[in-house]
Amino acid sequence: MSEEIREDIKLIEDHTSQEYKYGFVTDIEEDEFPKGLNEDIIRKISAKKNEPEWMTEWRLKAYRHWLTIKEPNWAKIHHEKIDYQNLRYYAAPKKKPELESLDQVDPELLATFEKLGIPLEEQKILSGVAVDAVFDSVSVATTFKSTLAEKGIIFCSISEAIREHSELVKKYMGSVVPQTDNYFAALNSAVFSDGSFVYIPKGVRCPMELSTYFRINAMDTGQFERTLIIAEDDSYVSYLEGCTAPMRDTNQLHAAIVELVAHENAEIKYSTVQNWFPGDKQGKGGIYNFVTKRGICKGNNSKISWTQVETGSSITWKYPSCILQGDNSVGEFYSVAVTNNYQQADTGTKMIHLGKNTKSTIISKGISAGRSNNSYRGLVKVGKNASNARNFSQCDSMLMGDQCGAHTFPYLEIDNSSATVEHEATTSKVGEDQIFYLNQRGISTEDAVNMIVNGFCKEVFNNLPMEFAVEAQKLLAISLEGSVG
Amino acid sequence: MIKIKNLHANVEGTEILKGIDLEVNPGEIHAIMGPNGSGKSTLANVLAGHESYEVTEGEIIFENKNIVEMAPDERAREGLFLAFQYPIEIPGVSNSVFLKTAINEIRKHKGEEEISAKDFLALIREKAEVLGMDSSLISRSVNQGFSGGEKKRNEILQLLTLNPKLAILDETDSGLDIDALKIVAHGVNKFKNDNNAVILVTHYQRLLDYIIPDFVHVLYKGKIVKSGDKNLALELEERGYDWIIKEQPQAV
Ligand SMILES: Nc1ncnc2c1ncn2[C@@H]1O[C@H](COP(=O)(O)OP(=O)(O)OP(=O)(O)O)[C@@H](O)[C@H]1O
Ligand SMILES: [Mg+2]
Repeated sequence: MSEEIREDIKLIEDHTSQEYKYGFVTDIEEDEFPKGLNEDIIRKISAKKNEPEWMTEWRLKAYRHWLTIKEPNWAKIHHEKIDYQNLRYYAAPKKKPELESLDQVDPELLATFEKLGIPLEEQKILSGVAVDAVFDSVSVATTFKSTLAEKGIIFCSISEAIREHSELVKKYMGSVVPQTDNYFAALNSAVFSDGSFVYIPKGVRCPMELSTYFRINAMDTGQFERTLIIAEDDSYVSYLEGCTAPMRDTNQLHAAIVELVAHENAEIKYSTVQNWFPGDKQGKGGIYNFVTKRGICKGNNSKISWTQVETGSSITWKYPSCILQGDNSVGEFYSVAVTNNYQQADTGTKMIHLGKNTKSTIISKGISAGRSNNSYRGLVKVGKNASNARNFSQCDSMLMGDQCGAHTFPYLEIDNSSATVEHEATTSKVGEDQIFYLNQRGISTEDAVNMIVNGFCKEVFNNLPMEFAVEAQKLLAISLEGSVG
Repeated sequence: MIKIKNLHANVEGTEILKGIDLEVNPGEIHAIMGPNGSGKSTLANVLAGHESYEVTEGEIIFENKNIVEMAPDERAREGLFLAFQYPIEIPGVSNSVFLKTAINEIRKHKGEEEISAKDFLALIREKAEVLGMDSSLISRSVNQGFSGGEKKRNEILQLLTLNPKLAILDETDSGLDIDALKIVAHGVNKFKNDNNAVILVTHYQRLLDYIIPDFVHVLYKGKIVKSGDKNLALELEERGYDWIIKEQPQAV
């Protein structure tokens, strides 16, 4: 990392505790749209965002397709029917802080912030407390952006990209996840609110983890987030999504799309920590998270790596996937999914081998506690021309208590006989014997459980950027608090 | 150090320990022998506070406190250590992180500062050397993929680094080759001083050639049926347990 960038990051670090805008915030001051979904609403959304005509049409096409299809029901999840006409598809702009000081915030929430080590000022913002410190936020964003711009990197909101980088968006949006891909993808394509756009030009290594310093604003992207990342030949980028702080939202349904495109020799690393409100101990009120994430290794020798830590949401439906089109391309999926109380997670990946000598690795760690259900669902597909394709999958489940469930659904479709596919699966209980052993060395049961669980997830945490890994460990501890002993 | 009075304990409703009395003073080494299934490991687990075992009667006075109700981690922090007959594997947790956490828990309990990374490393190196342990074992996951003998050595490494008041060693000798046995015995002897104590559970006299006990007890069907000095072990080696069992009032 160059000195200059270090300084930028420092500057940003010093001030992330203040509220700032960095171009992601659209300047809409109006009230919410009425409930319900129809072509008129979609045109309005598009108009609000000053989108070009083609974008409006694109949205409408998705909407018309959505009308013709049904919600999928194959996942191992149960929820009450979602009334799509009873939702609001355009979020109100950010409200003014409602509270005057942290004293007014739910102490349980504060305790969680404390455990995660979230700075005080940031705690205020996250919980909606007015921040009085004045800081020229625009300049931080500008510094950050100009460092990136020097290298030709574009990092902005998808709304801005649609207006300013229309050609790129037009070329790539929907190229990995078509509007017609699935029910939730069609819905997102019709009504997506905002999200990020990243473009890394040929030969450029992005000098910083993108979005690390933007976790506060990440909250504002709305319930239908859309992200598009393009890495040109010989480029590299690491992108971090999400936030370890508990994310509350009054919108129960979230349906995001992420599309990644890696050209020749390019590498994209996409890491997520998802900690949406999981519902209360009885399972009420949590977020339904239906996400479509897919990357394409378009060029030869390209690589896409998904790492995710999923602890939140009452329902998670999510299968980050890789299409390995280029020869020698590599796809990786590292996942930790934790469910507690009444949470349900159905998550996994698809590795589609199309090019020669393509290689994929799947490491999935599911931890279930309480009365929760945790399913791994993964597809490894090897196409006719994908000679010497290799896959290694390892799916481990850990159960805490005997009222939860862990399920593994591996699917294989192999159309080339030279493929090597290996699958390993284990299910274990957090052993009383393990806990006793650690207890016997003076370690408390709570710490013992954390230690065992972190050990279980180690291969995945090793793939997270350092600071994120530390936060993820703490997050796990909080999610599983009180689930043993 | 520890005074066990009329100790009865159940596992899943079956009484395994049926009235044990035993007193161990600082500076002493006690060997506990007895046929398979007589309750030796049960006694060790009950002393350490394993929750599968229910104490139905009696007292365990450790350092002047009745610890029957005390949680196992607290007993450990108070200085009671159990070297397991079957050490447990903990995948993904490195031996050094585990040991450092344990050391710090115990230090915290004593009101001491946490150990520095430098001191910790020096301590581990020193103790591993005593036991002739390959330093690569320190960075590997706790007991995972360790050979039987390596696991046993790892238990003694923990004993030496945690330096408890009372060490209960449950068949630490089993699975060790003859050289390893000597090394481990040497480790235990290094640990031993006038202020701490050792309870050794073993089947074989050969360990007692290297770690000389002050007392030898025979456990049979959940009771101590005979006690003596180190010569009792020699006699057992020669004659087996039959003669003792026959001495029992209601021998079946
Ligand atoms: N958790 C348990 N559940 C059921 N039975 C148990 C349990 N623990 C011990 N027992 C029973 O208690 C009895 C004593 O077992 P223990 O392991 O204490 O014997 P031991 O003297 O250590 O034997 P060995 O010399 O073979 O190690 C045995 O009959 C054993 O089957
Ligand atoms: Mg035993």
